[in-house]
Amino acid sequence: MHYVIVGNSIASVGCIESIRKIDQTGTISVIGDEPHPCYSRPLISYLLENKTTEEKMTYRNDAFYEQNNVKLMLGKRVQAINTETKQLSIDDGSLVDYDKLLIATGSCPFIPPMKNLESVKNRFTFMTLDDAKNLEKVLTKESRVLIIGAGLIGLKCAEGIRDRVKTITVVDLASRVLVSILDEAGSSLVEKKLISEGITCILGDSVKEFVNSDALLTSGRVVGFDVLVLAVGVRPNVSLVKEAGGEVNRAILIDETCQTSLADVYAAGDCSESIDCITNERKVLAILPNAYMQGETAGRNMAGEDAFFDKAMAMNAIGFFGLHVITAGIYQGSDKLFTTESGYKRLFVQDGKLVGYILIGDTINRAGIYTSLVRNKTDLATIDFDLISEEPLLMAFAKKERAHKLGDAQ
Amino acid sequence: MGINYLYPDFEVHRDREKCITCRVCERQCANEVHSYDAESNRMVSDDTKCVNCHRCVSLCPTHALKIVKTNHGFKDNANWKGDVIQDIYRQADSGGVLLASMGTPKDYPVYWDKMLINASQVTNPSIDPLREPMETKTFLGQKSSKIRRDENGKLITKTDPQLALNIPIMFSAMSYGSISYNAHKSLALAAQKLGIFYNTGEGGLHEDFYQYGKNTIVQVASGRFGVHPEYLNAGAAIEIKMGQGAKPGIGGHLPGSKIGEDISKTRMIPEHADAISPAPHHDIYSIEDLRQLVYTLKEATAYTKPIIVKVAAVHNISAIASGIARSGADIIAIDGFRGGTGAAPARTRDNVGIPIELALASVDTRLRQEGIRNNVSLVVGGSIRSSADVIKAIALGADAIYIATSALLALGCHLCRTCQSGKCNWGIATQRPELVKRLNPEVGSERLVNLITAWNHEIKEMMGGMGINSIEALRGNRLMLRGIGLNETELQILGIAHAGQ
Amino acid sequence: MKRVYVNEQWCLGCHLCEYYCAYANSGQESMVKALKDRTINPRIKVEEKNGISFAVNCRHCNEPLCVKSCIAGALSQVDGLIVIDASKCVGCYSCIMACPYGALMPNEEGVMQKCELCTTNTHGKPACVQGCPNKAIVFEER
Repeated sequence: MHYVIVGNSIASVGCIESIRKIDQTGTISVIGDEPHPCYSRPLISYLLENKTTEEKMTYRNDAFYEQNNVKLMLGKRVQAINTETKQLSIDDGSLVDYDKLLIATGSCPFIPPMKNLESVKNRFTFMTLDDAKNLEKVLTKESRVLIIGAGLIGLKCAEGIRDRVKTITVVDLASRVLVSILDEAGSSLVEKKLISEGITCILGDSVKEFVNSDALLTSGRVVGFDVLVLAVGVRPNVSLVKEAGGEVNRAILIDETCQTSLADVYAAGDCSESIDCITNERKVLAILPNAYMQGETAGRNMAGEDAFFDKAMAMNAIGFFGLHVITAGIYQGSDKLFTTESGYKRLFVQDGKLVGYILIGDTINRAGIYTSLVRNKTDLATIDFDLISEEPLLMAFAKKERAHKLGDAQ
Repeated sequence: MGINYLYPDFEVHRDREKCITCRVCERQCANEVHSYDAESNRMVSDDTKCVNCHRCVSLCPTHALKIVKTNHGFKDNANWKGDVIQDIYRQADSGGVLLASMGTPKDYPVYWDKMLINASQVTNPSIDPLREPMETKTFLGQKSSKIRRDENGKLITKTDPQLALNIPIMFSAMSYGSISYNAHKSLALAAQKLGIFYNTGEGGLHEDFYQYGKNTIVQVASGRFGVHPEYLNAGAAIEIKMGQGAKPGIGGHLPGSKIGEDISKTRMIPEHADAISPAPHHDIYSIEDLRQLVYTLKEATAYTKPIIVKVAAVHNISAIASGIARSGADIIAIDGFRGGTGAAPARTRDNVGIPIELALASVDTRLRQEGIRNNVSLVVGGSIRSSADVIKAIALGADAIYIATSALLALGCHLCRTCQSGKCNWGIATQRPELVKRLNPEVGSERLVNLITAWNHEIKEMMGGMGINSIEALRGNRLMLRGIGLNETELQILGIAHAGQ
Repeated sequence: MKRVYVNEQWCLGCHLCEYYCAYANSGQESMVKALKDRTINPRIKVEEKNGISFAVNCRHCNEPLCVKSCIAGALSQVDGLIVIDASKCVGCYSCIMACPYGALMPNEEGVMQKCELCTTNTHGKPACVQGCPNKAIVFEER
């Protein structure tokens, strides 16, 4: 049995680990276009911040591939999938056979059209390790950095480089930061924090054109800069599956077994579009835990066991200069708000279930207890919801349930 | 009133260098002695409430606490001692009967500590208990004095009902009510594991414990709490409680505050009303009445269970015992004046009754003299504190020993003698659920088993030292004892010679 | 694999498990030196309300959500035991978001900590089990 994985990141590792639990003899080949051992992309901002090193940020240790008997082909790009011959054509001219294939190609940065963008010499995206290393090369204590995009990537980049540069300005078309995961109150808290840490935030605005080392914004404002980082958004890498005839929407469509519409071809991670278990709608859930679990599920199915992952949902754990934010699910239904000195907790209840939450500041303690309520779609009538909304305690579960959670064999 | 006659007996000493302010002392003191002062980030203690139960001391992870008897005192006075003066203050305050718990602490002679045990040397070799079999098994009940044969000349081996004990020690009566559910469970589990018996006391038998019936002695006391046919048949023996060593002449007393739903159900009495047992059984006014009750109970249980009659050790105990031995009872249990109690009037506890050592010796002698020693087995209790006391008691004539205070100590009791308050910090003499929780029967029963097992080993060691390899050969073997520091009368009552003789 | 289990029937809410845990993971030999004048941050935490109490620590799940959520690969499972490589942890709190028992928390240095069954400190045997005065915490296989 030949297992082939396109992509060398989180979903790929999840797939390898779960295949090897079942099948120790089949060959596994991993083809990745980055010339690095598997690393976790979210860590690149921490690297610039000196919270980790290039060695430490590898996702698994050096012996991982050898121990799991994986053939690594790095620095190579897959150009096409031939589903009839079950072969991949590689950019070096070779062909790779597969019995089961996982596409874990992730996503790539989206570059929006901006006038004279090509004239900007020091322009970078902030996705890969190489992006981070290239950016690092040009940063000096005098640098004025302009970041387009006040989403997760843009703000993490700002945090990562803050101590290396003179000024940072973040610009976003949205009226507030982190609009994809926070409510107004949350955005406001994060923005205040960023500003207090010396980061200028220009919201509800966009770059009209670049003139030398100035960005002319639609509002008329002019921002001088030396280094430009584009963190506007990402596009899932779907071309391989699309050109092979697989169903693609915003990303590669997969079912609960992580299989695509092509036989023996699976997809996992940021390149895939699954069902959000809270809304039951198709969604790209580009979150690391989801990537791992999808990769894991795909691996099990590829190795012949029946597995499905039906608990994919939106969730985020992110922090900026010590202000931590944890969110999950959707923000619908009736909400319960608890404000604290450092932040707040907002719980969203719909149809007697917890469907989402936003936790900022010291309210993030034991957030996983809330996550499990959302993920398991727990009927809130079976627990002491008043108690658990005040403080996440396992005490809120009934005695029998507690005994089962804490006392049963694993 | 702003005037304090009673200075706190105890002082809480906290080593500030060692205290890590973990607050376990605060969390675990039911008397609310310790508290945390957030302002100064220190623990503070209110000495006035401390009863010296050592709960906090035992739990403090850095050994920062100790409880010290106050050295605040009255002027030296051999007659008007401090505690005597304080008792008067208490009664002037309250106008009530002073209540006390556990056995009398007064300075009366302890005869166990004035007897010495023999050891074999030269002429009669000692026995090594690790290499040779030692028999500590014993049977309690009527022993027939004649050999009987049937019409074919075969021996009739059927005996009167007996209690088989692996070790000659049993757990004495402590009622459910005076002690907790978990304490009873610990005793029941331990009795089962060891192959001995525990006693329900006068509180009846909780329905959860019927499963341990084979190791249970059910008690019928003057209040007849919890007595019904299933109860009588549930146990291995029935004990009629005529008296108790700690309070001869009066009945039991359980304060209403300790009587919740469970106790009420088990004792078959209303909740929250004081449960006071009458002094006599109101159907026993003569020895003939006792005989009648003994046989009533035998009838009710189809003569399958031995009947025990428990009496307190009082002045004419030998005459009483003689009467009981002729009443049809199978076992006489004698409880000495040092015996414990959940609650008793202090004056009765401290001044009434006689030592078990003297009572036992005189009863055993009297019954032998009257030729009726085999009618009954003798079980004694009332402060048996070690395996040495056990050996001495058996040598004086006992068939088996009852222990209660020793058992409670094994469970965690620190003899603070405040059981009557119902706030036992060790979960033993309380009914408050958050306190009863503190006695995990798994732990409690293991400690009891450990204690009795240890005593059993020591008994075998001492027996081996005497050159005796079975309990039967030790029973009543007064020659194995010598007195020390005893006068003529005492030696004569005990029936032993003085050391050196 | 043996795990730490807490029997809420016998838990007295005395919190000694927390103090012994903090001491065991302090690296100090003297408990006084380790804990005096410090606010403890133990890996086992007591929940108590209305007379019920029990302590919660890492369950070392067979399907550990924390390991699957860790963005740095700092959490791993070795023979069933889940351990943290603190040098890899960047303090993103993804594991806190994932753990359904709330068993992970930041330590004084900002990286994550959780019960590791005292295998990574000098105690060897779980300190909470040894410190519990009522045998409410046991170390056994189920």
